[in-house]
Amino acid sequence: MRSRRWVLILLAALMAIPSLVIGADKIRIATEGAYSPFNYVNPKGELEGFDVDIAKALCEAMKADCTMVSQDWDGIIPALQAKKYDVIVASMAVTEKRKEAIAFTKPYYYSVASYVVRKESKFPDKIESLTGKNIGVQRATIHEGTIKEMYKDKVTIKTYDTNENCILDLKNKRIDAMIASRPLMAHYIKHHPESGFAFLLGMYNPVDAAIGLRKEDKALLDKFNAALDTIIKNGTYEKISNKWFGESLLKK
Amino acid sequence: MIPDLIVESLAPLLKSSVLTIHLTCLTLAIGACLALPLALGRLSRNRWIAGFCFVYVYYFRGTPLLVQIFLIYYGLPQIGLTFSAYVSALLSLSLNTAAYTAEIIRGGIQAVPAGEIESASAMGMKRRQVLYRIILPQMVGFALPAYGNEIILQIKATSLASTITLMDLTGMARTLAADTYAPLEIFSVAGVIYLVMVFSTSKCVTWMEKRWTVYRS
Repeated sequence: MRSRRWVLILLAALMAIPSLVIGADKIRIATEGAYSPFNYVNPKGELEGFDVDIAKALCEAMKADCTMVSQDWDGIIPALQAKKYDVIVASMAVTEKRKEAIAFTKPYYYSVASYVVRKESKFPDKIESLTGKNIGVQRATIHEGTIKEMYKDKVTIKTYDTNENCILDLKNKRIDAMIASRPLMAHYIKHHPESGFAFLLGMYNPVDAAIGLRKEDKALLDKFNAALDTIIKNGTYEKISNKWFGESLLKK
Repeated sequence: MIPDLIVESLAPLLKSSVLTIHLTCLTLAIGACLALPLALGRLSRNRWIAGFCFVYVYYFRGTPLLVQIFLIYYGLPQIGLTFSAYVSALLSLSLNTAAYTAEIIRGGIQAVPAGEIESASAMGMKRRQVLYRIILPQMVGFALPAYGNEIILQIKATSLASTITLMDLTGMARTLAADTYAPLEIFSVAGVIYLVMVFSTSKCVTWMEKRWTVYRS
């Protein structure tokens, strides 16, 4: 009995440690870390990218103390709800379904999706040319729904943990095409001309990417919206956007 | 907890369990076929054969299965060997379980009392006859409890196939959880399905143990 009580005390003490370490006023921000150039982990193990720069600029504007963590994409909303962190800055598109689960700030960039193929496969630039093919997509993204809408059961969909693994498999010829965010793939194609990738067809589902928070954290949401206005007005946003994409992503 | 979601997710999850069972059975079968020669090789007096089998077992037991899967799926295409996700999973899971099974079989063989082998040779049996009549039949009895454990581990190991796009039970659960933002319900159902599989497997193994080792007790 005695030893059992000690175990309980020890457990309680262990549980108290995280709250001591984290402190009350720190804002914990999550990003995926596998969505280059928006967010990725550099060889030194640090988070980097457009989203990361934006998050840092917002924290500076709010004069808040922030920490950043990386979280797998398919668990990023559940972990927010489980209070593993307070904010998601991870190129998340605002959708009706996500709005049921969490709250969003104003958009911090606009984007569309496009299909990417290997140039050598020489698909005619028609929507039918992908019928019967293997199409790759990142799991739990809006693009997964786009394929289903466009092709129903007429294509085989392969879902990946990360967009990077999807790119790898397009290179390895396990899939014939993939669909992903256009600015992201444009950045990839520009920096990896040896991959031989090219865009196919048009642009789909224009989306607003926004910052996600828990619905009950209204005060924090207002703070983030205000900070977003600040960095757009003082030119910080444009500087960051130019650094990564050579243009502002705030145009529709 | 949303009860509707549990009911709704049951059908797709059960459907995807077929792939889990399929992968488990097939990889265990391939693994067992590879394991017997490997186990005999480990016991071989030929240094080269014993050395090769030792290195094989050492590598596959010494590195994480996930690393082996990634090596085959993402690594090999770099040298021009591109297997489909299914073949990659089959290959890595089979090669991996072969190493563990080989060690289980080796243990079973070495547990056969030396006196029995000596008596068999004294009666004029050839090495091959000793192997088939004395060693292997008893090895099964000795190895079965440990092998039952390996089967259970293999059922759970197939969940790693979900990392390379296969829609097994775990893969489907991850997709559904991401779709519904209800990981608690979905992963609970998936967990229960795994439990049922593991439970029925262990019952089967206990039954086989009773049946095949009956002469000893």
